[in-house]
Amino acid sequence: MKRTNRSVIPGFGLTTGITLAILSIVVLIPLASLVVFTAHMSLDEIVATITRDRVLSSFRVSFVTAFVASLINAVMGVVLAWVLVKYSFPLKRLIDGMIELPFALPTAVAGIALTTLTADTGLVGGFFAKFGVKIAFTQAGITVALVFIGIPFVVRAVQPVLEKLDPAYEEAAGVLGASRSRIFWKIVFPEIVPAALTGFGLAFGRCLGEYGSVVFIAGNKPFETEIVPLIIMSELQEYDYASATTIALVMLVASFVTLFLVNLIQTRNTRILKGGA
Amino acid sequence: MYKETKSSKAVKWFLIGVSVLFVVLMLLLPLITVITEAFKQGFAVYEKAVTDNYTVKAFWLTLEATALAVVINTVFGLSAAWSLTKFHFRGKKILTTLIDLPVTVSPIIAGLIFLLTFGRQSPIFPLLQDWDVKIVFAVPGIVLATIFVTFPFISRELIPVLEARGNDEEEAAALMGAKGFTIFRKITFPHIKWAFLYGVVLCAARAMGEFGAVSVISGHLRGKTNTLPLHVEILFNEFQYVPAFAVASILVLLAIFILIARSLIEYNGKKKNKVEP
Repeated sequence: MKRTNRSVIPGFGLTTGITLAILSIVVLIPLASLVVFTAHMSLDEIVATITRDRVLSSFRVSFVTAFVASLINAVMGVVLAWVLVKYSFPLKRLIDGMIELPFALPTAVAGIALTTLTADTGLVGGFFAKFGVKIAFTQAGITVALVFIGIPFVVRAVQPVLEKLDPAYEEAAGVLGASRSRIFWKIVFPEIVPAALTGFGLAFGRCLGEYGSVVFIAGNKPFETEIVPLIIMSELQEYDYASATTIALVMLVASFVTLFLVNLIQTRNTRILKGGA
Repeated sequence: MYKETKSSKAVKWFLIGVSVLFVVLMLLLPLITVITEAFKQGFAVYEKAVTDNYTVKAFWLTLEATALAVVINTVFGLSAAWSLTKFHFRGKKILTTLIDLPVTVSPIIAGLIFLLTFGRQSPIFPLLQDWDVKIVFAVPGIVLATIFVTFPFISRELIPVLEARGNDEEEAAALMGAKGFTIFRKITFPHIKWAFLYGVVLCAARAMGEFGAVSVISGHLRGKTNTLPLHVEILFNEFQYVPAFAVASILVLLAIFILIARSLIEYNGKKKNKVEP
């Protein structure tokens, strides 16, 4: 790698060398092996693997549950961020700290806890069972697990934007006689939409690949509650590496596209913020 | 601020109510479930599950993988942060993107790529066998997968702080003849101390709880390649619910510890930033 601008600070060779070496061993070579492995296969084989009914339906289940969960998170995340920034109430700091729990709690633990809670014999599941609604072992269960996993992404994306929002604009609008709901929809809402979208995208990306919390609650019925990571896992257990790798590659492309879109929104967002300042 | 009307007060408490309900149902209840299920059959059963030989072995393996992931990612994070913020070179943008890549990859795929790189179908597998090196279905594979899923966690916290501070102090020190490591220790590190600790905590949290990636590569050999989250899964799938939740309660304890450490670090970091803007 060539330095374009010489700096007086030492350590370029050493730190860049270490960075590239570790990056290659841990990330680049393993990821490349995925591509190399699929390169052996013909396009027909790849298409045949992907278009199997069971695989297609797992993609549908994954996308639908991840989308619905991220949508719920986008709404609840904005509400939570709003409440945490704008209001003061008892135990607020505790709730603020709790938001981070899905990052700290191992996904398998969350998985078994949510499964026990939402099963027909559980506290929440028992309540819903009275109305004939099943949560655990259905797509609703998967969505519940994904809401748990995704909530901090939206809250932590929206919170800083609300904190930085200058109250002068809201006050000015209030002085000029705008109603509170009008102030919210005309002034605050447009500001938090890009942040909420970023959070939505991050949560969606994470939910698409989530395995630990979902594997217990899903029940793993083919065509119904089988998500893509589960199908990759079951192909691996049957030593069908070719299928597993092909499905993984498609999945990888899907998450990269998500990441790309999130970055696009983020760059536009910062440009607007900088331009407005 | 504008006057609080009756309706705005109602909105406020409605939103707080919704938020509290969400946090209690989605976050607090699963935590409580783990504890109550773990102690369902009394303390003796709990103690037996927690001090079980396989549990203790899984605990030490989890600790080992977490510690190694933190150490490697620290070396990487500090090198990458130094290289990316102190120098200008071609390919910097691509390098940043590549470092962030692992978080968008599904844990299952993270495990799969190491299986493909070092497993039976890899071109280097005969070589590994000649040297008698076992990576797949052994501890090195678990460690590699753990490093992968936590890869950018430390560098991601350091880079924005270093970028915001600029390089004037380091340049001055270098011009006065200070050695690279002295510059880092005396000038750079004191400023990134809290960000660094924050990254370490996030890295440790994810590393100890990693499930999907480790699940693919571990081979689930009890007492050998079983981490705590994997041990929880095995017990749960064997319908040994009380022991499963007992082991999970260890992870809950660690998660709560991590959340407290995180808040303390964040609080200290913020306080420091206010003293010297």
